Amino acid sequence: MAEVILNDQNFENEVLKSDVPVLVDFWAPWCGPCKMMGPIVEEVAKKFEGKPVKVAKLNVDEAAATAEKYNVMSIPTFKIFKGGEVVDEFVGVQTKEEIMKRLEKVIK
Amino acid sequence: MHFSLCTFVYDLIIIGGGPAGLTAAIYAARRAVKTLVLAKEFGGQAVYASKVENFPGFDMIAGYELMEKMKAQAEHLGAEVKNAEANEIKKENDIFFIRDKDGNSHEGKSLILSFGAVPRKLGLPNEDKFKGNGISYCATCDAPFYRNKNVAVVGGGNAALDAALLLAKFAKQVYLIHRRDEFKGEVVRVNEVKKLSNIEIILNSEVKEIKGEKNITGVAVGKVDGGETQDLEVNGIFVEIGHIVESDFVSKMVALDEQKQIIVNNKNETNVAGVFAAGDATTVPYKQIVIAAGEGAKAALSAYSYLQKVRS
Repeated sequence: MAEVILNDQNFENEVLKSDVPVLVDFWAPWCGPCKMMGPIVEEVAKKFEGKPVKVAKLNVDEAAATAEKYNVMSIPTFKIFKGGEVVDEFVGVQTKEEIMKRLEKVIK
Repeated sequence: MHFSLCTFVYDLIIIGGGPAGLTAAIYAARRAVKTLVLAKEFGGQAVYASKVENFPGFDMIAGYELMEKMKAQAEHLGAEVKNAEANEIKKENDIFFIRDKDGNSHEGKSLILSFGAVPRKLGLPNEDKFKGNGISYCATCDAPFYRNKNVAVVGGGNAALDAALLLAKFAKQVYLIHRRDEFKGEVVRVNEVKKLSNIEIILNSEVKEIKGEKNITGVAVGKVDGGETQDLEVNGIFVEIGHIVESDFVSKMVALDEQKQIIVNNKNETNVAGVFAAGDATTVPYKQIVIAAGEGAKAALSAYSYLQKVRS
């Protein structure tokens, strides 16, 4: 499963109206720790291939309105959306296993 | 004691994936030492630096870019690199058993501890509550979120000065709060800070209280030796007051100094045979990327000679 690239326009359809939970990685190209998380999030997306979940990336420069709406003040930030609501969120660098654990919980 | 046949025993396990750990992996892998790197955060603190201008060979390189190169080089040479946080180490019959937070076990004949340091916190009661929502330990990551807002920067070293300079580009007003009567950072940076009209320097002072319910609305700042406090309206606090070593998980095994840094000799040996340490987690003076890398190389070479001895 490829990661979905989000912007202010497709956020509603891809995330809020999604049938399955969505992990959103809020990042920016000028954020070193976000860049180091990139391949890890990609691996998570691969691991969850075929499962009822979406993995998405949101560049806060390109989707500034959405980032502001969800009160993102620090990156990397991860939020899991389900049924249009934030059901889990975590800030800062995470291990792959930690992200996977939190996603599994939401799927169950 | 019975070892299951399917358990792979590495020659060397490196805990930490910053400049020290990855350089150690490069040196070890080039000597055909079967190496595993367990890294909680690839690149360590170096990735938090937007620009590195003192790593020889590069006029200027982004911290994450330098660290991506080190990681790729280590992997290319044959070191295995895993994203996991080690949290328990045991030694039995000259084999080290490491458990990570996800419950996986790893076995190695030797160890390099290079897990670095983490930002020191202010130590105020509601600090954790506001982490990621007003409290930041990474100015390069979070400065753009404070466009036209007021922020406080706490600290007096280069990191604090850099944070203030960066934030001055986005924020309306920056308060630079420092405990001492002069800055520890470089004169060039101090002069730049003093030139900017939207940075107010508040010396001999510290943050006594973080104010706000859902978001930060202000701080109470007072003199270090007590007395009255003044309230400043800020929406963000950038904490740049140095780093601490989180070494509790190895404190039963290796000797630490009073700052919990791992005590090493000039060959990067700890007090335990087969356990080496390198980088910011150790007693080495001057915490710099190039120094951590050099220390990692030394630790790998010492681990290599240890492995040669135990083999013969």
